[in-house]
Amino acid sequence: MPDLLIELFCEEIPARMQRRAAEDLKSLVTDALVGRGCVYEGAQAFATPRRLALHVAGLPASQPDLREEKKGPRVGAPDAAIQGFLKSAGLSDIGQATVQTDPKKGDFYVAIVESKGKPTPDVIAEIMPGIIRSFPWPKSMRWGNASSQPGALRWVRPLQSILCTFGPETETPDVVPFEIDGLRSGDFTRGHRFMAPDLILARRFEDYEQALQRAKVVLDADRRKEIILADARNLAFARGLELVEDEGLLEEVAGLVEWPVALVGSFDESFLAIPPEVVRATIRANQKCFVLRQPAEKGGALSNHFVLVSNIEAKDGGEKIVAGNERVVRARLSDARHFWETDQRPLPDYAMVADKPLDQRLAKLENLNIVFHEKLGTQGERVERLVELARAIAPMVGADADLAGRAARLAKADLVTEMVGEFPEVQGLMGRRYAELQGEHPSVAAAIEEHYKPQGPSDRVPTDPVSIAVALADKLDTLVGFWAIDEKPTGSKDPYALRRAALGVIRIVLENETRLPLGTVFGAVVRCWLEQKAPAVLAGLNGWSSPATLEELAQMERVMTAAFRTAKLGDFFADRLKVYLRDQGARHDLIDAVMSAGENQDDLLMIVRRVDALAKFLDSEDGANLLAATKRAANILRIEEKKDGRSYAEPLDLPLLKGAGQAEEKVLAEVLDVAEAHARQHVLAEDFAGAMGQLAAVRPALDAFFDKVTVNADDPALRANRLRLLARLREATRAVADFSKIGG
Amino acid sequence: MTDALRPERSFQGLILTLHRFWAEQGCVVLQPYDMEVGAGTFHPATTLRSLGPKPWKAAYVQPSRRPKDGRYGENPNRLQHYYQYQVILKPSPPDLQDLYLRSLYAIGIDPGVHDIRFVEDDWESPTLGAWGLGWECWCDGMEVSQFTYFQQVAGFECSPVSGELTYGLERLAMYVQGVDRVYDLNFNGGSGADKVTYGDVFLQAEQEYSRHNFEAANTEMLFRHFKDAEAECKALLEQGAAGANGGPHTMALPAYDQCIKASHVFNLLDARGVISVTERQSYILRVRELAKACGAAWLQTDGGGFSG
Repeated sequence: MPDLLIELFCEEIPARMQRRAAEDLKSLVTDALVGRGCVYEGAQAFATPRRLALHVAGLPASQPDLREEKKGPRVGAPDAAIQGFLKSAGLSDIGQATVQTDPKKGDFYVAIVESKGKPTPDVIAEIMPGIIRSFPWPKSMRWGNASSQPGALRWVRPLQSILCTFGPETETPDVVPFEIDGLRSGDFTRGHRFMAPDLILARRFEDYEQALQRAKVVLDADRRKEIILADARNLAFARGLELVEDEGLLEEVAGLVEWPVALVGSFDESFLAIPPEVVRATIRANQKCFVLRQPAEKGGALSNHFVLVSNIEAKDGGEKIVAGNERVVRARLSDARHFWETDQRPLPDYAMVADKPLDQRLAKLENLNIVFHEKLGTQGERVERLVELARAIAPMVGADADLAGRAARLAKADLVTEMVGEFPEVQGLMGRRYAELQGEHPSVAAAIEEHYKPQGPSDRVPTDPVSIAVALADKLDTLVGFWAIDEKPTGSKDPYALRRAALGVIRIVLENETRLPLGTVFGAVVRCWLEQKAPAVLAGLNGWSSPATLEELAQMERVMTAAFRTAKLGDFFADRLKVYLRDQGARHDLIDAVMSAGENQDDLLMIVRRVDALAKFLDSEDGANLLAATKRAANILRIEEKKDGRSYAEPLDLPLLKGAGQAEEKVLAEVLDVAEAHARQHVLAEDFAGAMGQLAAVRPALDAFFDKVTVNADDPALRANRLRLLARLREATRAVADFSKIGG
Repeated sequence: MTDALRPERSFQGLILTLHRFWAEQGCVVLQPYDMEVGAGTFHPATTLRSLGPKPWKAAYVQPSRRPKDGRYGENPNRLQHYYQYQVILKPSPPDLQDLYLRSLYAIGIDPGVHDIRFVEDDWESPTLGAWGLGWECWCDGMEVSQFTYFQQVAGFECSPVSGELTYGLERLAMYVQGVDRVYDLNFNGGSGADKVTYGDVFLQAEQEYSRHNFEAANTEMLFRHFKDAEAECKALLEQGAAGANGGPHTMALPAYDQCIKASHVFNLLDARGVISVTERQSYILRVRELAKACGAAWLQTDGGGFSG
């Protein structure tokens, strides 16, 4: 079976686009081939900074032949219709068509159109120009002389040559000839830009890959990553150090070189006085180098060595390359040290309004009117809200209100430090360091860093109560603000990371086992926004509720179940909670069952405890039986309610029950009353297992009821009352969960 | 060759070597534009000449002013006034990367012992309404040039596309001379008492202009100058178009000067910290509108390919 080899050789492709582009090339080519009947055995795509390559193995030599039946007009149709049919079917005379009979439509013409499958190379030559022209690069460009023509070829950077060959393993494959904007496909490529710039001829994948290897190009990105990682680890090990591994950086660096050569450089030890995160960020972001550290048994401190990955085996063994990189690292670290020192010094312009350095940065942040979001006002206003909120939340999470307020006040001050201006990724961390240096309470300093946490599902959750208060304030303020201006996440778009914020709240509350009445907290958030009167936010809040009731709501305990129901922020939280619990392995039907049972839905911890208790209960024999029985009751009820077109969720006719009811239904009614009352008491005491146990007590009475009592009695009044009793059962079990939502 | 002309021995030697190299590639070697600009791209030989169908090759040094980057002469590599070496080739030749690498070789950077890399860097100038794709060119981990294929300038599609190379001359010189502090660069290649350093030429200027840019520049006057330049630009564009009468625009270049002026005044105001974040965007937009209108006028001139 023949193979196809394609290489698109161009000027340097951005590292971040390479992997995706290789995959796109593979799927576009193989889909187009399969769509034309050319199925294949296997395909592999590759990318380096200068090329995309594709090897498709086991293709047929040509497309399968096609036989198509084309239905035509009925016999005796107008001539125009006949002529049109002849033309479309490629016939010269209607005698060449056959006549078929359809019992409904009568006789009609059918043409058998047979087409011989094209040789696969022709198919390839046909599809390639279109694939290249419409290649889905995130950004593409025109270049050169051709760029003034309309419809000029676009590529990520100028496309320089195309290799395209096809043929069986046993013979020399042929070039698949095609042309696009003056570029003709051929059987040549080039090796490493500096070490092997000459033309390379290759027609088979194995030859191609080996020739590139000889020409100092490692075709496979994963192989390049392995080489870099292994070499970097060895270089570190040889110096008694450890590589600080960094998958994102590794992937990027593998996309910057065709022939990775790892080298070690160093910088003056005095730079280690800068926080290690900053040293790493500097070296990583600007130089794309890896940092090294002491082994864990020696304390794991950052080393003054780094690993750089060059793209060349230099004639001098890399001496100049190392020296050059060291010089740049030195300059960058000098800048970082300058920022680090400058940030600790007073800001003369703000010396009158604040005395400590970080407080002066805060004054600057406020004074500059730095915009947080066009419709949500400035960072300064945001800080005001955060302070008020953090103070309000503090007592609920066991934090000191003054400390929480102080931490919230300083939380965003580092945004105007030089360091964070240069390296946004160290925000929070720098605030913490500067706060420590100016003698803030340790909890305040920690909260400045931790209020951004958790950043994602695997990030650490803050545990210090002060951090918890500020982190919750920050996230809830953001959620309500963006909700009010209707910037909600849609589909895969969540530009303000609101899902992450909600998940953050959920994780903080649950993992710290914090009791937090979300409704009350939301009330406080709404109050803060109302006080600041940002027009867009006010308009949004008013849309949820009338201004008068909003004012009331802000004072209320149950905002989440009131105004937030209209705005669906409560629903958003509920959805996030479900996603979270599902990830934790909880059954989603149990979550639904608990969450639709009503009350106390703004206490996340209680919801989770109920779900746990319910899961355990259902695992027990009592639970399983009760579930079966309530389901049976619910089914009967559903069918009968549908039949009668009415609901039976109404009080029992007690005199009728007493007068004409059977013993079993009287007992059930009584047992239900008692069990429900007890279950609710246990729920109030937050003893969910106990509540379930109380409901389990219903079971014998329920079994007896189904055993002895005919629900669909002949007497309509009696029947209605029994249906009411079943509705009563549904009602009673809702004390713990909505059993109808439970599957299985 | 004497040290005064050698690229690795003198700052001027570096410039002269690049001049010689690009002159041999058929570029017209121009002199700096005689106005304050933030980058070599602002020179009409790049901005305006990159618009329209006519082929164009030019190379020049452009003193570039970035008022905010001033550090009172205290930072070893940040300056509010520095030199860019600018090459513009229209249309971009197929071997532009190769030409660029040969120019590095000419100034003493041997790709056999240095690690030269093209790292993604998309270029955009909000004030010029321009963008392009290309790279920052690294030598041993240091960015030494910017390499861009212009796609759009002054809001117009480039047709054909130009290739633009911008060398950071001070950085390159520091690299080839092996100097860590820009002020220590040997400017003239002299030694002993004859040696003139970059610091001898520019340190005092850096101190004085930093003071001017951050502390002294009269902001009231600058706001006025911005308005004046903006108004004058529009007026010249209008007059040039009115005089045209179906013929070419007659004052695209003088109008563009006013656009450059407005842009620099804005940079000064920005350095003085008197432009708030929200205003900032609107100023950039105003300059861009001028640049776009100048580009449109240029396309109505002979240089812009207008005929009839």
